[in-house]
Amino acid sequence: MTISSLQARAAADAVAPGPRPRTRRRRFPATPYLFLLPGFVLFAVTVVYPITQAVQMSLYDWRIIGGATSEFLGLANYARALGDDHFWLSFGNTVFYLIATIPPQIVLGLVVALLLHARSPIRPFLRVLYYLPVVTSWVVVSLLFRFLFADQGLINWTLGTTGVTGGDTSWLADRWSGMLAISALGVWKGVGWSMMIFLAALQGVPQSLMEAATVDGANRWQRFRAVTLPAIRAAMAFVTVMLVIGAFNVFISVYLMTGGGPAGRTDVLLTYMYRLAFGDLEFGYGSAIAVILTLVVLVLSLAQLRLFRDRDGVTP
Amino acid sequence: MSRSTRRAAGIGLGTVRHVVLLAGALLMIAPFLYMVAISFTPNSYVLTTPPQFVPENPTLGNYAQALDAQDIPRYFVNSLVVATISTAISVLLSSMMAYAFARFRFPGREVIFRILLVGLMIPAVMLLIPQFVLAKHVGLLDSLGGLVVFYVAGSLALNTFLLRGFLEQTPAELDEAMQMDGANAWTRYWRLALPLAKPGLATATIFTFLACWDEFAWALTIINDPEARTLPIAIRLLAGQGNNAVQWGVVFAASVMAVIPVIVVFLVFQRHFVQGLVSGAVKG
Repeated sequence: MTISSLQARAAADAVAPGPRPRTRRRRFPATPYLFLLPGFVLFAVTVVYPITQAVQMSLYDWRIIGGATSEFLGLANYARALGDDHFWLSFGNTVFYLIATIPPQIVLGLVVALLLHARSPIRPFLRVLYYLPVVTSWVVVSLLFRFLFADQGLINWTLGTTGVTGGDTSWLADRWSGMLAISALGVWKGVGWSMMIFLAALQGVPQSLMEAATVDGANRWQRFRAVTLPAIRAAMAFVTVMLVIGAFNVFISVYLMTGGGPAGRTDVLLTYMYRLAFGDLEFGYGSAIAVILTLVVLVLSLAQLRLFRDRDGVTP
Repeated sequence: MSRSTRRAAGIGLGTVRHVVLLAGALLMIAPFLYMVAISFTPNSYVLTTPPQFVPENPTLGNYAQALDAQDIPRYFVNSLVVATISTAISVLLSSMMAYAFARFRFPGREVIFRILLVGLMIPAVMLLIPQFVLAKHVGLLDSLGGLVVFYVAGSLALNTFLLRGFLEQTPAELDEAMQMDGANAWTRYWRLALPLAKPGLATATIFTFLACWDEFAWALTIINDPEARTLPIAIRLLAGQGNNAVQWGVVFAASVMAVIPVIVVFLVFQRHFVQGLVSGAVKG
């Protein structure tokens, strides 16, 4: 902006009845920056800088101990991951968790939301019960599920007395049964969250369309397919994206239920990364895994958003 | 279909619906009830079959042991102090940033906002390694201060987004009117914007407090000193690693004490929970 235009503006202000806010703000350009300063400086130092550090460290054989020099490796840590069987095992377990937890959370969350949507005197009460696991700390529920899935625990007792199994499964001592127990916790803790999002979305289903469909003789399933589903598509996209991000971030439940054991067989990417970094002090290699994980999550999130957008032209 | 049969069908469906919903709710709540039962069960009876949902020989011994021998009150206070201070700082700083974004147009606004957005998309655990190195360099390891700084950092982006949404909904005319009366930006922010955004502040406060109260990975990474442990760390140590030597009664007594404040906060502020979730930015 030139000086003359500023003067013109000032002149206009003098004529206009009272100053307009835009011009007021121009005179104190520092104000918004002052509001941003403390928060953004902290954010830059403790979040943005570490992001760049993660990338940098992943290119080194990083030494945390003072005095030791870190050797530059280029992409060697990434190559190492691609050839590391345990990396792929952890990756496989993460994908197992993703597949075992996301569809049930979406389907069950939606079913409960649909059932809860209709008026009922005990609806607020039920909503609280379903949401309770969501607000409870991961540490507490992970230990609780470790106890429930113990050899002489409640799960084995229930399965044994009902005759579903012999009641003698060592759930946490094997790769797949361990992952199943961990996934059971994931579903149990997460259903209430997707239910809550779907409940809110169901409020936005146009009632007039619903009635029109009923008049046209559409049955429940047809109304669900033709009216409800399209109306909650944005919520569906949001839930899916968040659950995928959450599944790749599974850490506490694995760390506390099996510790990645036996012998690392139930490791997911983050428990493996954690042990590499803080057990073996492999900070460079651990960072490389963290960067790979971040990239996978970003690419998947963007791909899903695009997929949902392409289908109906609606931005979630 | 006649009116009366339709009504009968409605009642039938309603009953089925309620049975299904109640069965599901029981599945949700049963683990908690069992946990409470175990917390009152003497340790020698913990893994007896059939499981006792109502302990035969109820005891307060587990609670006494958690309170006295296991130092749970100290860890409770640590968690309370860390969560309270982190929440206060985070909500203050992010509401200031949100005010700048909601009420001002300035060069770099988009860029700064996008940088915050990146911070939202990078999951916390992935930054553990570089944040640990940073904390080590500036001497924040093994201290409650180290928890506070990074808890604030981790919640800034989310709270800024949440509060910006709330602040943008408040009418700009009031802000402009105060401006004409000569109120400076800080006064407008403190006296006008914040009071108007109270529901948003409540939501941000509750979510941040609970996230800090429950946080595990970062505390696990930087805290070694027994005096600086938070509740999640202390409870995890009670449960040890193997299954055999664990005193589950004590673990769950401590867990119940850690969970009760969360449930109370949730029940009291339910409305704000729903609001926060629906504004689309929060995963509990």
